[in-house]
Amino acid sequence: MSLVSAVIEGVLLGGYYAMIACGLSFMFGVMRIINLAHGSLAVVAAFALWYIADRLEYDPFLSLIVVLPAMGAIGWLLQRGILERSARSGELVPILSTFGLAIVIENALFEFFGADIRSLAPYVGSLSYDSFDIGGGAFIGELAVLTFAAAILLLGGLQLFLTYTPLGRQIRATAEDPDTVELVGVNSRFVNAVAASIALVTVALAGLFLGLRANFDPYAGSLQLIFAFEAAVIGGTGSLWGTLLGGIVLGVAQTFGAHVHPQGFLLTGHAVFLLVLVGRVYGPGQFFRTYLKSKLG
Amino acid sequence: MSLLSISGLDVRHGLLQAVREVSLLVNQGETVALIGANGAGKTTLLRAIAGSHRATRGQIHLDGLDITRMPTYQRVARGIALVPEGRRLFAAMTVEENLQIARASGRPGEWTVDRVMETFPMLKARRKARCGTLSGGEQQATAIGRALMTNPRLLLLDEVSLGLSPLAVDLVYKSVESLIATGATILLVEQDLKRALKVANRVMCMLEGRIVVEGDAKTLTREQITDAYFGHQKRAQTGMAP
Amino acid sequence: MAGHSNILIQRWTNLSIGVAIAVAVALVLLFTGPAFLPDAVLDKLTVLFVYVLLAAMWNALAGYGGMISAGQQAFFGLGGYLAIRLSEWGIEPYLALILAALLAGVSALPMSTIVLRLRAGEFAIGMWVIAEVIRLLVNLDPIIQGDTGRSLIALSAFDSAVRRDYTYWTTLASMTVMLGVIFMLLRGRLGSSIQAIRDNEEAAASVGVKVLFAKRIIFVIAAIGCALAGALWLATFTTFQPRSFFGIQWSAYMIFMVLVGGIGRFEGPILGAIIFFLIETWFSTAGVWYLIILGFTALVFSLFLPKGIWGYIEDRFHVLLLPVGYRLRILANSPTAAPGDARQ
Repeated sequence: MSLVSAVIEGVLLGGYYAMIACGLSFMFGVMRIINLAHGSLAVVAAFALWYIADRLEYDPFLSLIVVLPAMGAIGWLLQRGILERSARSGELVPILSTFGLAIVIENALFEFFGADIRSLAPYVGSLSYDSFDIGGGAFIGELAVLTFAAAILLLGGLQLFLTYTPLGRQIRATAEDPDTVELVGVNSRFVNAVAASIALVTVALAGLFLGLRANFDPYAGSLQLIFAFEAAVIGGTGSLWGTLLGGIVLGVAQTFGAHVHPQGFLLTGHAVFLLVLVGRVYGPGQFFRTYLKSKLG
Repeated sequence: MSLLSISGLDVRHGLLQAVREVSLLVNQGETVALIGANGAGKTTLLRAIAGSHRATRGQIHLDGLDITRMPTYQRVARGIALVPEGRRLFAAMTVEENLQIARASGRPGEWTVDRVMETFPMLKARRKARCGTLSGGEQQATAIGRALMTNPRLLLLDEVSLGLSPLAVDLVYKSVESLIATGATILLVEQDLKRALKVANRVMCMLEGRIVVEGDAKTLTREQITDAYFGHQKRAQTGMAP
Repeated sequence: MAGHSNILIQRWTNLSIGVAIAVAVALVLLFTGPAFLPDAVLDKLTVLFVYVLLAAMWNALAGYGGMISAGQQAFFGLGGYLAIRLSEWGIEPYLALILAALLAGVSALPMSTIVLRLRAGEFAIGMWVIAEVIRLLVNLDPIIQGDTGRSLIALSAFDSAVRRDYTYWTTLASMTVMLGVIFMLLRGRLGSSIQAIRDNEEAAASVGVKVLFAKRIIFVIAAIGCALAGALWLATFTTFQPRSFFGIQWSAYMIFMVLVGGIGRFEGPILGAIIFFLIETWFSTAGVWYLIILGFTALVFSLFLPKGIWGYIEDRFHVLLLPVGYRLRILANSPTAAPGDARQ
């Protein structure tokens, strides 16, 4: 495969990463909670879609009508039942709670579905291997384009929601100052639950595309969490479009790495992530901050 | 019946007992000034009325309704609005958005974004500006406007003159006076004694969490106030050297 | 302060002196174990010691340093791998175990320059990423044949009974030494810094506590300890498989032990390790249900009993077994006497 193909594939892969990352960033931005069960929840959605497709024979895209609201409801319950309580004890406890939850989820999935690797690809006809010919011997997958388009729509929709709706304003304000937001009449517990629901709906969508583009098993959540995290960090937590950029950088790094060496896919992605971390700690911004601190005593 | 009635209130701030056995009344249409040195408990008391701090003992009644255990956002829905110390605007959001968000309280009334713009004309030009870019006076105006957008029955103002230039403070207090003229009920915390006495009907002075002096703003003497402020009265009673 | 001569500042109470003696006696008995304990018990104890070591290290990180890591398996696996690597280069296996741990500690130093500046959640996942990276890099070494793994062949030079005894002693010694290091750390000047950081990092920094320095020391010690555990696990079970040694389940075990036993207390992880060991002995045939129960228990403890069993006991009954902190005892005949006393 040519380098150009690899890069394009990487960019499109970034769309998927942005999708799975945005829920993680969103939850952190609004509630200051890093949900370590994020990846395994995407796998839950993928299994749900698989089950409906395999046993009940409904098209996965159609099944979203049921799965998306169901995941949203799970998000609500997750926030009110677990996250809200754990956040009261400080910033560190939610990490432990969500880690415990992740272990429960992935092993429960194993108990329920077994170790077999699954995929949603067989249930969507030829979508998973059809491709567009873009000339010069390069092809890009229809699914990859669809995924990227879905990511843009998702992020765009989310951005519009946050900017122009009253609830979106409340979410932004709660993210900025959860204490003061109550003083203007906003029920921050309600807003947090809404934010968690929204995050899990995005996770469900990511689960669909995970199942379509790759295989998954009960323990696939860990890697998805890591990808989501890396994309979010590379893009810089703060803006949704930053997450898209982060996803694209990660995707391109990975496909470039695979192009260079058969084992290079994962390693290059991790390497770029670590470089970004180093840059954040020791980069120009940090350099000026420490320089100023030493001058001002 | 008084609009706000507090009895025997105890409030902790972390490990510190910030408010001790405070009882007070605020009647409809009154302006009450709460004065006292830093750390006397004034801000904690206001926040306890608004709901940000939970009282460990005592009761708060709004127009006869017991709101002691009510969560903050519900108190706003019942008509309490706090303009917090330090303004606490949502800096990443615009002036207009900060005002709009206060509609979450769902209270009916006359306050709209346009009316706030009329009351604080300096904000007209800054309507779409991010609050982080505003001057101190503009921020204060926005913060007060934001509280007004909830159509409150009781307005709590915490140190609105803090960090502002004298000119800006003049402008702020002119707006406060026009609010008073419309019959608003206000409980304000103010460091600037002169301004506090000028706008208030009644004055209360806090010291170490208690209310030590209370009276009509016009009849309370300077001496009584400064004694209460610095605690000379207390020391005179216990006979210990300062 | 009036009447200060009536207040004693103590490090050792009668109870803690008793406990210290009991601990010393227990250690002597354990060291002589191979002489009178059956083989099966020695094997089980070896595993228990590894668990105690892991729990103590994770507790040092999270309970004292405020750093929650979902990636200590990075060092666990690194310890196992380096032991194999060093042994391949001809170093005597039991020495290789120790060296592997020290090397892992050295590797932790440059790592710390980056990861310690991360916020809480970022640090947790960041360490997980590092574990993945190390696993991938280890897989590149040709002597590790992917997931089939590699044995510590040099161990077969020992007679199996001798091997069991040497492994037992090395594990017991490692656990004791690392626990001792933590204990001395907490008692020393750094100890107050660490406990201040645990209670409130910002406040500690504002009174001049060298937060980064203390965290770095804890991070490196935890790296050495976890790597030791990995190397010792290799010595016990002989085969190194990357996926197993670098697996997330090790973090799950550590989190369980510390959350249930008691975070931020010296005795907590020991209790947690014992509980974990018992659960594993009884339930390991239950398949994944065992892991589901572990995860669920960790979740429930984090929500309802975040200080763990030992933390609860300490708070409720004011028990202090090992003299890590200070006690203020107000003597009964002083005017300021009050029932009970304050513990730092």
